[in-house]
Amino acid sequence: MRVRIRFTKTGKIRWTSHRDVARIWERVIRRVGLPVAYSQGFSPHPKLHFGLALSTGHESIAEFLDIDLDDASPALPTPEQLDELPRVLSAALPIGIDVETVGVIASNAMSLQQAVESCEWRVEIRGVTPEQVAAAIDTALAAPEITITRQRKGKDVTDDVRPYLLHLAVAGPTDHGTDIDAHLATQPRGLRIGELIALLGIGGEEGRVRRVAQWTLLDGARCEPLAGPTGATSAPHVHARAS
Amino acid sequence: MTVWDQLEPLLAKVQKPARYIGCEDGAYTPEHRDDAAWWLLAYPDTYEIGLPNQGLQILAEIINERTDGLAERTYAPWTDLEAQLRAHDLPLFSVDSHAAAGEFDVLAFNLSAELTYTNVLNLIDLAGCPVRAADRAATDLLVGIGGHCTYNPEPLADYVDFVVLGDGEEVVGEITEAVAAWKAQGKPDRISIHRALAGISGVYVPALYDPVYGDDGLLVATVPNDSAAPEIIEKRTIADLGAWPYPKQQIVPLTEVVHDRLNVEVFRGCTRGCRFCQAGMITRPVRERPADQVRTMVSEGLRRTGYDEVALTSLSTADFSGIDQVVRDTVNDPDCGGAVSVSLPSLRVDAFTVGIAGEIQKARRTGLTFAPEAGTWRMRQVINKLITEEDLYAAVRSAYSQGWRRMKLYFLTGLPTETDEDTLGIGVLARNVLAIGKEYHKNPSVTVSLGGFVPKPFTPFQWFGQNTREELQRKIFLLRDDLRYDRGVQLKWHDPKATMAEGLMARGDRRMGAVIEDVWRNGGTFQEWGEHFDLSLWEQALERAGLRAEDVVYRHRTEDETLPWDHLSAGLHKDFLWQDWRDALAEVGLEDCRWTPCYDCGACTGYGIEHVVASAVPPAGGSQGTGQDLAVGGEVPVTLLPGKPVRVGAS
Repeated sequence: MRVRIRFTKTGKIRWTSHRDVARIWERVIRRVGLPVAYSQGFSPHPKLHFGLALSTGHESIAEFLDIDLDDASPALPTPEQLDELPRVLSAALPIGIDVETVGVIASNAMSLQQAVESCEWRVEIRGVTPEQVAAAIDTALAAPEITITRQRKGKDVTDDVRPYLLHLAVAGPTDHGTDIDAHLATQPRGLRIGELIALLGIGGEEGRVRRVAQWTLLDGARCEPLAGPTGATSAPHVHARAS
Repeated sequence: MTVWDQLEPLLAKVQKPARYIGCEDGAYTPEHRDDAAWWLLAYPDTYEIGLPNQGLQILAEIINERTDGLAERTYAPWTDLEAQLRAHDLPLFSVDSHAAAGEFDVLAFNLSAELTYTNVLNLIDLAGCPVRAADRAATDLLVGIGGHCTYNPEPLADYVDFVVLGDGEEVVGEITEAVAAWKAQGKPDRISIHRALAGISGVYVPALYDPVYGDDGLLVATVPNDSAAPEIIEKRTIADLGAWPYPKQQIVPLTEVVHDRLNVEVFRGCTRGCRFCQAGMITRPVRERPADQVRTMVSEGLRRTGYDEVALTSLSTADFSGIDQVVRDTVNDPDCGGAVSVSLPSLRVDAFTVGIAGEIQKARRTGLTFAPEAGTWRMRQVINKLITEEDLYAAVRSAYSQGWRRMKLYFLTGLPTETDEDTLGIGVLARNVLAIGKEYHKNPSVTVSLGGFVPKPFTPFQWFGQNTREELQRKIFLLRDDLRYDRGVQLKWHDPKATMAEGLMARGDRRMGAVIEDVWRNGGTFQEWGEHFDLSLWEQALERAGLRAEDVVYRHRTEDETLPWDHLSAGLHKDFLWQDWRDALAEVGLEDCRWTPCYDCGACTGYGIEHVVASAVPPAGGSQGTGQDLAVGGEVPVTLLPGKPVRVGAS
């Protein structure tokens, strides 16, 4: 049985790293007694599959984790227990990590890493006004291509990143700067928040950053890997819930 | 009042920001009551090193259970955050509620290593408190220290208000009472709280004592200058570890730290009598935790934390009289699903114990560690670590044959009466161990780890002049050259320059304070970290203070000389230590007194306590695998654990 978990990471805990979160999950799964399957080999590890890593310091209300359970275990959760799992897991998790929903998915479903094709963000840029940002966004979106050089795997690579900018708009002012909504493609390479701010070319510092959605493509329509508790998501991109 | 809002923007600019957020499972943020004595418990090193420290966690829980006290924790901010704090005029803060250090009443440090002393001064300064105790106003923080380094607190005497010797569990409550009462009076002055603290057994208040020096510059005495101060300060010893089942909720960190597993202390004290070991000497007598309580703490702890590894900690865990039963019960506990790893730090050097470990199928085989400490039997008799070569070879054979591929061997260099033959003896042992490994594996490995020996207070070696750093380096190179062509043997060593600095602080008197302050003022923090240690800071500070390493560190001391710690007591008779020193030089060994007759070192007799053991059955195979006959008549039943597929790790 493979379960997909949707969880949040907000507040002080945003300062832990992705690896820290992975280890927190390993411990919590043991605490609640979820019978996770282990890999074979010399040093077996629990079969937890994370999606796109969240950078240290960034928050999220849409994180996903797939867990393979040991089908032979007597502790395999019943449907009633699955319904209880968000509450049980949240109680065992640190403050700031909460489970919103849990769903059963096909064991051979595409991995989160491969399936997710874009993410939506709320990004605060400090030290710049909404007017400055709006103008910079107009310029960027009007450009046929935006070439940047960045380091990937120790090498310098040059990419046109304009295709990654699916949607960009000012959301409003903040105490220290401006909030923007950004919808960015993640494949093949993705665009980091720091790179996004840099390409706007108006300076400014990264403030609060929060991932608000992750999207997969199902038959050409966007849907989330797993629906949130309300079932609905921020329109207008969604046509169907997760399978 | 929290500094969080000003701190948070800085976290984006530093390494490992998770060090500073708190929020750990098991952490407790107390209600900030005005009438309580507020403790800020500090470990003077990074969060990764300080978080697992049991002493800090135990004391925090005990204080927070009281109505007249509350406790939070803090650790040394790394250099990057410290720079930001100073630039933005922000103080040291607690990780629990991010309260500013200045809001607390007491700033108390756990001192486990002398090289952290400059961090202690740095943290006092970051807290906004005058670094010198004499400069503090009535309302400034009270600075206290506890832990093993307190057995020579003189180098820090001018910087701390009080020193706690021995076990903290009971005395911390008494100190809390005194501080709360003084706070209720509005903290009228410093002298009244100093006198109140000096009246508590186990608490040393350096301001109430003056060191007296002779014309030759040697210390003559450390004498009280106030009637409230006793001539000798005796350590505190809790008689019954079973009455203190702490920590009840071990803190589980969110981020990576050392010793990241459930730790359960199985006993305190040690009776092996290794002559170089301060920890063993000063924590006598032995107080074992009842086996039932160990079992409960392990099973409940694993259930609560979700850890899959537990370490049974003590100075010599395999000597715990209930060890077989506890390991068996832990491993067979149905709640653990048979997948718990039990760590026995420092395995006994004998085939028997390794055999037990091997009965249980292992998934993780990182390596086994043994500590022969010296390269020849003669040398080991001098230091009273009575392991024969045969013991060691049998143990490693058992390990290699059961699948372990890597052995780690710990040794000391610079021991009393050491000759080059002893140093090269380490190489002989290492080569022989590797040869045994080759009988079982294609590529076995042996890592030899060499530490420079610092003679510590309250050990029989306290009169011995430490090897110079040049001499230590010469011995290291001698061994390195000897092992150069032995592929499969890796040699690691501690920097002899750092060993010299450690010696300054372990053996110096109150005049060493100026050196520590000088090194700190010149940026010398984190001296226990290889990348930050800077010998030139220490040498220049010594010169400016008019002191010499020759006098403090390298000089052999005489029997009639006053030692800087003579006004303190760990219970050991000074003449016992002197006699043990003479026995050492005569290469006479001394038996483990837990099971064989007492030789009156003073630790038990002085306090009217006896060794407390969990089981009447001494461990099979002798103490530390020495083959000493410990059975008081009759068979010692030995049962092999059942062959169940669980994982056992040994560190």
